[in-house]
Amino acid sequence: MLLSHGGEPSRTADPVARWTVEQVQALAPDEASRKAGHKLGSAGPWSGTGHDHAGAVWGLCKGSGSKPYRTVIDTAGPAYKCSCPSRKFPCKHALGLLLLRASDSVAVGPGEAPDWAREWLDGRRKRAAEQHRSAADGAPASGPADPEAARRRAERRAARVTGGAEELEQRLADLLRGGLAAADQAGYGLWEETAARMVDAQAPGLAARVRELGAIPASGPGWPVRLLEECALLHLLDTAWLGVDRLPAPLAATVRTRVGLAAVADGAPVRDHWLVLAQYDTPDGKIVTRRIWLHGRESGRTALLLSFGAAGRSPGHALPVGLTIDAELTPYAGAGQPRADLGRQFDTPATTGTPPAGGPTAAAVAAYGNALRDDPWLESWPVALRDVVPTPSEGGWQLADAEGTSALPVAPQALSRPGLWKLVALSGGGPVTVFGECGHRGFDPLAAWTTGPDGTGDGLPVPLI
Amino acid sequence: MTSTPANTATTTDTTTPMPWEELVTSALLGTDRRPPAAGPGGAAGPVALLDAAALHTVRRRAGLLPAAAAGRPEPAPADPRPPLPAAARRRLAQLLADRSAPSGGGGRRGTAPDLTELLPQWLATAGRHGFRAPAVLLPALLDAARARTDLRPHVLAFAGPLGLWLAGMNPEWKFALRAAAGSSLPSPTTDPEGVRRLWEEGLFAERVALLGAVRRREPAAALALLSTTWSSERAEDRLMFLDSLRTALSGADEAFLEQALTDRSRNVRATAAELLSTLPHSALAERMAARAVSCVNPDRTGAVASIAVEAPHECDASMQRDGVVAAPPSGRGERSWWLGQLVEATPLATWRTQFGGRTAQEIVGLPVADGWTEELHAAWCRAAVRQRDPEWARALLGTPATPPANGPGTASLAERSKLLATLPGEERAVWVADFVAAHGLSEAFQLLGVCAVPWAEPLGRSVVDALDIARDAGSYPWSFSGVMGLAERCLNPAEADRLEVLTTTPDEPEGASPGAGGYWSEAFQRLVSTLRLRAAMDRELTPGAA
Repeated sequence: MLLSHGGEPSRTADPVARWTVEQVQALAPDEASRKAGHKLGSAGPWSGTGHDHAGAVWGLCKGSGSKPYRTVIDTAGPAYKCSCPSRKFPCKHALGLLLLRASDSVAVGPGEAPDWAREWLDGRRKRAAEQHRSAADGAPASGPADPEAARRRAERRAARVTGGAEELEQRLADLLRGGLAAADQAGYGLWEETAARMVDAQAPGLAARVRELGAIPASGPGWPVRLLEECALLHLLDTAWLGVDRLPAPLAATVRTRVGLAAVADGAPVRDHWLVLAQYDTPDGKIVTRRIWLHGRESGRTALLLSFGAAGRSPGHALPVGLTIDAELTPYAGAGQPRADLGRQFDTPATTGTPPAGGPTAAAVAAYGNALRDDPWLESWPVALRDVVPTPSEGGWQLADAEGTSALPVAPQALSRPGLWKLVALSGGGPVTVFGECGHRGFDPLAAWTTGPDGTGDGLPVPLI
Repeated sequence: MTSTPANTATTTDTTTPMPWEELVTSALLGTDRRPPAAGPGGAAGPVALLDAAALHTVRRRAGLLPAAAAGRPEPAPADPRPPLPAAARRRLAQLLADRSAPSGGGGRRGTAPDLTELLPQWLATAGRHGFRAPAVLLPALLDAARARTDLRPHVLAFAGPLGLWLAGMNPEWKFALRAAAGSSLPSPTTDPEGVRRLWEEGLFAERVALLGAVRRREPAAALALLSTTWSSERAEDRLMFLDSLRTALSGADEAFLEQALTDRSRNVRATAAELLSTLPHSALAERMAARAVSCVNPDRTGAVASIAVEAPHECDASMQRDGVVAAPPSGRGERSWWLGQLVEATPLATWRTQFGGRTAQEIVGLPVADGWTEELHAAWCRAAVRQRDPEWARALLGTPATPPANGPGTASLAERSKLLATLPGEERAVWVADFVAAHGLSEAFQLLGVCAVPWAEPLGRSVVDALDIARDAGSYPWSFSGVMGLAERCLNPAEADRLEVLTTTPDEPEGASPGAGGYWSEAFQRLVSTLRLRAAMDRELTPGAA
């Protein structure tokens, strides 16, 4: 730490992580909050602002009422608190304050937290310390109160899922007996109804897959092939579930997860300096799924934090892209699952990081192929491509190896995103390092770094989503 | 990506896969109608089909190979300019992000600065310092320029060769390529053949850009180029080309313009006449002067010196040939209409001789007989603007303290601002400052618009004082929102501290509009924070000052 409490500000650099405008933008739970946050991202409505050496930022924001809102952010969490009534998380005031801090080095100076902010910050930090102590003491995680009852509940649920899987098998067989050509006419209702039956069978994983089947006949040329592929994989999942007792434990865990049973994070915790590579939300019915990709500097592992938010509320985690956190991650059970839970954090996050080493395009598809061995239902696998050149190709874009003639097509969903143009601009026709998800539909770029001598200089990933 | 062909699968595989095409056909038609060929197990039903398809799907996905690379794009040319300082980069990201946010209801309310209005200024300053645009912000910059044409020149200069390269990849940014065509024009000295070819074969926009560029470098060469094809150009094109002669107009252009006075198109004739009249020694100017002095004379009948006006009685063919429009707009007498055009096209120096060596100010001060004052002064105003004559502009503006209605020249604020624009910058600022001090802000908006940015100290002080007076008078600030907006963009950022005192909410004076004090304090807060922001922007863009 370069600063002591209330000390003179350092003239050379901020000792504490200071998020960039882009990083703050990525935190916004939705477009409306992002815009509202921007309106509050200048000195006008703010007073009493400050930040401390441990990563806390606070300020008073003039609202429509007589009392200003009290906003405080612990960037080490990150965690947010604001006296406004918004249920958005982080709220527009928190976003505005972080933007002010990001863009204006004068407006939010170093200082000591006022009492109202300190109370919350101290509470947070104390809880974190306690958690750490109990973890260090080896206190057991709180288990179910009645293991016997829990076992019975699990059995009942498994029986219902089995019923669902059997019913689904029947429907798939009927479909194939009658022919996929008829599925085009049957329309969406058939699938919706089947999906609802799977929800009743408490197999949300199956329900989601069924719902996706319904969208395929309208997905353009070649749909029968895609429908057959997805039906076959769904059938594979059904049969895997029906024979789950005979599967090796890791694969059985994967099957349970795919079917939609709650997975558990029970792997051995991995402590590392994790660089946040990407954060993005996908709406999925009434639920928003947030994916955060992390890359461990020492372990070289890539991990996925998943969180969910109900309609109108944003998912719990929000980590700015480009931040490096010294933290423990607990991996989920299951073969080759990149998913993990964020555990204890050890130090204030830093804004320096090392991009993943990356490899050529052939290595990326090979990695996806290998991962399918453990989980045949995988859509894509996280990989970094080293020294690839974004190249316009027939009907889209591809990422071509700087040397050689191989390339990965950019996945269709990425072609309409503004991030694609950022990537092209960053490359300027030269090689870049790109992190993304590589799957059978192509490569979906999520973050990029320049590798030429003319880099942006800070080594931070440029978010592409 | 391509999949490995199915036949490369190892032959030891006991479940010899059915060909994929066959599976798809069976699946499409249904296994009842078209059972797939039975596998080794003998099963041929739908379940066997799904089993085989699952195997095939996973095998295909696991065996993916990269696709063949398409032709590599030509790399973007290098941009030797220095990168933006980090703080300035963050600022630009914020300005651009804010651009996409709607200004919402009442954009001029609240205490937060309107960032969208600051983007042009930021770009201009960055351009002056010669920075290179950050690559990742180029898409947002180009989008901004697509939506706002006023940003385009600055954005394109800032975006540089990489921006142009990028624009070439995306049809939505085509405008950048059009605008940039001017920068790669052939030069008349080094590539006369290229110039000739582009002039003869180029698109209209390219030809206009070429003519403009040649005119700036070699005025005579542009005229020669234009003469080669003049007679075969379409009328609207002739008008556009003629307009480019405004740059570096000189006596050398007179012969060409004289010839254009006989053009088939009335608009071309009028423009040629207008251009000729700004050449004080042109034959047209002399002809117009001769006509004008026969109409406007010293009145020697009275005891005091005054001006007698005898408007022309007809608009003959020669007048029309010299660009005088015969038919007046509705509601105007034709004689005064003709007079106005004659005086407007007459070199102002003519009047000094005509009125015994009097100065512009003395001439403007002379009484005019028979109610012709307004007509004559208005024509002189137009002449002063056209001929960019500060002495006459000064005389016609009069002293700023005089109420506009009683001024010597014109009461029209639009015309006054044009007159002002002919004065040197400092004089302009002082004149407007005195005007504001005397008459307040309600009429000053247009005049403020022609003053150089940032406003000179006396002007800034005068505007702020006037705002302060308006507040004390108890009116609402949104009556002054136009001036407030200008002040946010044009006041010198260094004034922010001085203005801080105005941000407090004062006691409401008696008879004031309810709540006005609070709104004024809000408006001043926004003014101060905008000025601070502009100061910060400038600081961030000044190398070594951050």
